Amino acid sequence: MRDVAIIGTGMMKWGELWEKSLRDLAVEAALLCFEDAGTDRIDAMTVGSMSSGLFNGQEHLASLVPDYLGRPLTPSIRVESACASGGLAVRTAFVEVASGMADYVLAVGVEKMNDVSGDVATYALATAADQDNEAFHGVTFPGLYAMIARAHMEKYGTTRDQLAEVAVKNHRNGSLNPKAQFPMAITRDTVLNSQLIADPLRLFDCSPVTDGAAAVLLTTVEEAKKLNKQPLVVITGVGHATDTIALSQRKDLTKLEAVQAAAQRALQMAGKTIKDMNFAEVHDCFTIAEICAMEAMGVVEPGQGGPATIDGMTALDGAFPINPSGGLKSKGHPVGATGVAQICECVSQLRGTSDKRQIKNARAAITQNMGGSGGSSVSHVLEIR
Amino acid sequence: MQVPKHWRQIPQRYRMEATKCKKCQFISFPARLVCPECGSKEFDTINLSGNGKIDTYTIIRTAPEGFTDQAPYALGIVELDEGVKVMGQITDCEPDNLKIGDRVVSKFRRMNEEGKTGMIMYSYKFVPDVGI
Repeated sequence: MRDVAIIGTGMMKWGELWEKSLRDLAVEAALLCFEDAGTDRIDAMTVGSMSSGLFNGQEHLASLVPDYLGRPLTPSIRVESACASGGLAVRTAFVEVASGMADYVLAVGVEKMNDVSGDVATYALATAADQDNEAFHGVTFPGLYAMIARAHMEKYGTTRDQLAEVAVKNHRNGSLNPKAQFPMAITRDTVLNSQLIADPLRLFDCSPVTDGAAAVLLTTVEEAKKLNKQPLVVITGVGHATDTIALSQRKDLTKLEAVQAAAQRALQMAGKTIKDMNFAEVHDCFTIAEICAMEAMGVVEPGQGGPATIDGMTALDGAFPINPSGGLKSKGHPVGATGVAQICECVSQLRGTSDKRQIKNARAAITQNMGGSGGSSVSHVLEIR
Repeated sequence: MQVPKHWRQIPQRYRMEATKCKKCQFISFPARLVCPECGSKEFDTINLSGNGKIDTYTIIRTAPEGFTDQAPYALGIVELDEGVKVMGQITDCEPDNLKIGDRVVSKFRRMNEEGKTGMIMYSYKFVPDVGI
């Protein structure tokens, strides 16, 4: 397998982007990426989107995106794994380059969620769950994660305050990110007094509905050196795993096995451990998700995610910053784009270009992008070479 | 009207029909073609008791399309006495009074309907076991 580098990233400010259509978003992210890369050469591309079909009535993004990017005949793969679609699109692009199938591969993640009403968006998101055995009974995504939260609180004594602190921290980081949908700091009271969505989760425990796209350009390390890319950011590990789609089929509700396996596989491929990583971008679709993910990835022992967050371990100036970008909560969560944006943030941090939210001595990072209630998870390890 | 889809689910929803692996005895609900424990493809069909205890639950306050007039309602994962876990609504109760570990039994209930002229969907729901 060839070594793979990331030579360009691109994303616009996320939010309710009424003037921009689905195809506009994908193309804009790609163009920003080419500008950053200093080249627009692509041999192939991947497009991550959870459900352009339900949000926009539009499938066949594999054809639409290269068409509107002005690249006829380009091989293109639409990748879907619910909310892990973006991360999986990056992994798919990685495999294209590493295998020698293509030299320059663009991975675009995109989701345009605001063209439908909130009800329909909730329905579309719920298709990531088991339709016959979960959605049929009236469950929503906040509901699934609320069940995980309650089980976690029962088993480990995780508190409402600890969950709230995840949102507070991520908003503090997001307030320093010009691309974030909600770049404002919030207080713990804001979270604790917000509307109940599915007990015990409240509005501010939940990531928002967002329009947005992000893109990364991958090529071989050899090509990247020819382009004199400095510093060189390399994907040294990729890990991917699946778990039961339905929560009721899990052995332990508090344990995200797919997250654990994917992270372990990525670290193993990189020849590293979690302790060698300087920071992580993880999938905080709900506050409890960040707590479970950091435990599954081995950042802390099971059950210690809440206390570690309250203690400031995962803050920007903490021992192990998590979600310097603001996470899904503050940055936004255009579902298929999230996994790609996590890579963009890591590249920015590793290059030293994260400005007010820059982590000191950032040399190695791990991402974690998850689908549904943990039914799938993809991790990438990125390092400076 | 999605008649075939719901008709196909009747054994599961009306009778809690599950599959028990002939090789390792693992019970799968819903029914499966491949045993997730041992990979065997031979099963016996059994009907679950519907009796169990609450493993976890939530109260849905912002409901999905089709359930908005039922909100708020409790939804949980129940661990049946057979050891199988099932997701279902928990009804005939004050949701705020539920606790993990509470015993429940299953009842045959109406879930939803496709408008005034469409299908009516039925399924099991769980109610607190008051020991009658």
